[in-house]
Amino acid sequence: MNFDDTPQEAQFRAEVRAWIQANAPKHLEAELSQATFGNSALKSEDPIVAAKAWQKKKAEAGWACLHWPKEYGGRGATPIERVIWGQEEGVYGGLGGLFIIGHGMCGPTLMAWASEDHKRALLPPLASGEHVWCQLFSEPAGGSDLAGLRTRAEPANDGTGDWIIRGQKIWTSGAQNSDYGILITRTDPNVPKHKGLTMFWLDMKSPGIEIRPIKQVNGQSGFNEVFFTDVRIPDAQRLGAVGQGWQVSLTTLMNERLSIGSGMPTGFPDLFNYCLELETADGPAIDDPMVRSRLAQFAVKASGLKYTGMRAISALSKGETPGPENSIGKLVAGASMQELAMFALDLQGQAGVINDPEHSDAAMKFQAMLLRSPATRVEGGTDEILRNIIAERVLGLPGDIRVDKDVPFKDIPTSGRS
Amino acid sequence: MNFDFSDEQKQLRDEARKFLADRSSSKAVRAILEGPEPFDRELWKGMAEMGFLGAAIPEEYGGVGLGHLELCVIAEELGRAVAPVPMVSSIYQAAEALMLVGTETQKQMWLPKLASGEVIGTLALAEASGRVTEKAIKAQVANGKLTGVKSPLADGDVAGLAIVAAREPQGVSLFIVDLDGPGVARETLDTIDPTRSQAKVTFDGAPAERLGEPGQGWRIVSDVLDRAAVLIAFEQVGGSDRALEMARDYALERMAFGRQIGSFQAIKHMLADMYVAATLARSNAYYGAWALSTGSSELPVAAATARVSGTQAYQHCAKNNIQVHGGMGFTWAFDCHLFYRRANGLALAIGSQTTWEDLLIERMRRRNDAPVAA
Repeated sequence: MNFDDTPQEAQFRAEVRAWIQANAPKHLEAELSQATFGNSALKSEDPIVAAKAWQKKKAEAGWACLHWPKEYGGRGATPIERVIWGQEEGVYGGLGGLFIIGHGMCGPTLMAWASEDHKRALLPPLASGEHVWCQLFSEPAGGSDLAGLRTRAEPANDGTGDWIIRGQKIWTSGAQNSDYGILITRTDPNVPKHKGLTMFWLDMKSPGIEIRPIKQVNGQSGFNEVFFTDVRIPDAQRLGAVGQGWQVSLTTLMNERLSIGSGMPTGFPDLFNYCLELETADGPAIDDPMVRSRLAQFAVKASGLKYTGMRAISALSKGETPGPENSIGKLVAGASMQELAMFALDLQGQAGVINDPEHSDAAMKFQAMLLRSPATRVEGGTDEILRNIIAERVLGLPGDIRVDKDVPFKDIPTSGRS
Repeated sequence: MNFDFSDEQKQLRDEARKFLADRSSSKAVRAILEGPEPFDRELWKGMAEMGFLGAAIPEEYGGVGLGHLELCVIAEELGRAVAPVPMVSSIYQAAEALMLVGTETQKQMWLPKLASGEVIGTLALAEASGRVTEKAIKAQVANGKLTGVKSPLADGDVAGLAIVAAREPQGVSLFIVDLDGPGVARETLDTIDPTRSQAKVTFDGAPAERLGEPGQGWRIVSDVLDRAAVLIAFEQVGGSDRALEMARDYALERMAFGRQIGSFQAIKHMLADMYVAATLARSNAYYGAWALSTGSSELPVAAATARVSGTQAYQHCAKNNIQVHGGMGFTWAFDCHLFYRRANGLALAIGSQTTWEDLLIERMRRRNDAPVAA
């Protein structure tokens, strides 16, 4: 049992380290390393410009999307090399938020379902950060129940074979910065819900698309509503067969949960350091047994996630597929961060309510965590959906009884139509 | 990176699982729970023959000379099987203490007997209710004679060797005491987990031989307990996994309201949370195993992490295993209570959860203060 690199891994790490040392945007290092959860990482520079510049530099040297095949803008690297890259990229990885959806979900979906010509045209500029992609899945009527979506795609009646899109998407991360998107639609409401879906990719500048940012609990607007009014998509941009959209979307969603060893933040190091510094009337907060007990409970969650990641990386290092244990990451990290934020505010006493940098001495990182963490427990699969996945796919328990399974979509009761 | 057990270690795990399925069945565990015997002597003998007791003891002291990673995989299987044997006392504590600070003569004298199972050892700390701290030690040694009471003393009714924390002018030291010798009176106690025996042992002028440096007793105890914490964490991980499997199997088999109860989200989510706790505990236990087997300076933090996480997971899985079983889980006939008893017994075995939480944070703080090695 050891944490050592194999000789090949060590050589790869040295190469990565040298390149990052010579090329990373060092002037942003301090700012990036101070970034805390729920706050934008960069203030001194336009974060989109900085992100694109770093991605372009990486792509030119062959370090972008390094697990992708070379012909699509990647490096053909092994999974463990991708992990090593992530470890070495460190704080600069924080610049990559703009590309998470495109690289993590849209790219793999295109790779599996787009035509060869489209792959060669679309994937390299996605890898290099020239194009930003978003994923248009969730709808007001279909979040956890994604297949309940209602955005319609109908054949144009002008003989072009194009599709006309009408409807609304919601919770689209980064839509306002995106050049392209993948879009799941309903093409047939007369068959059961999973069977009437079709996937497309589209230009986000297409006429008829309107993007409205959603103002969130924490005042920021990372998510959007996207409205489609008679948006036209050529049939050549269809991914998979008509009616095969559910299968295509599963490719995307499987990739969503595949980011190994990326280490969801729990906020523990922030809380621990805070308790070291915090002076109370009875001395340092960390001397209080109650504080220690709570800290220890957060500590073992953070540590458990860290070493669960190490187990997955070890499997990759041996060329094996990691086990299902990685499915716990977001479930543990999200809930932990929310509780941790509440505890940190509690330590501040009545002053914990202050969210004003001029009148607080605690940097308000925990206030930011408090106000952002509810989203972590919902986005990318709610805590409840994740528990279902663990119960069904890991523990082998039966799926839910689905009352809408064999019913034509148009006959399924909804909130507005019971 | 290879943060996993080797193929040989996994093979040893399979052998241990097979052996224990046969020799530490529910029936065998219940025989100890319900009967007069304080532990399963046949099983203990068999474990010695398999080399399980001496796995981490060097060959020159009668062991097998494998290592602590091997002992960890054995511990996990003992946890799964709720094995009714004095492993925690004799191997994780007494043998570890002797290996850490014993003189050559002491090691030659006792380790072969512990490895063969001929003698059972134990570490005697607690004297009364409340946290077990250095300050709480009242037992005394004067002129080589020990006076005082140790209670509860794990396996104190069957052990031949006790390593006892007691005061002398230099402070708290450790002493080797022959429990079959003069000046020792013992009485078995009723406990929440009778499959691991506890006794009240009264010393009245029992001959005591010093182990380790005088006045350094509590520092040594701390080192021994860190080692035991990692090994017990593996028992806790094994028990957690087994409790989760039992609950899962019952949820698949039991029908109510015309369907498997495992199809209800209330049950599924409970089981998912058990899986989460067990997975975190396993990963933390691996961290402990790595630190223990490599002699890392991380051991104090890693051991406390493994301990806190292991206790949490096993208590969580054992109590919810009963919950999933409903009323049947509360019957003597179902095995759920074997795990519930063991989970709560192990939670106290080397100090309470709050004690270890406190230790973990204190150690993290000290690590934080220490200059970082280049």
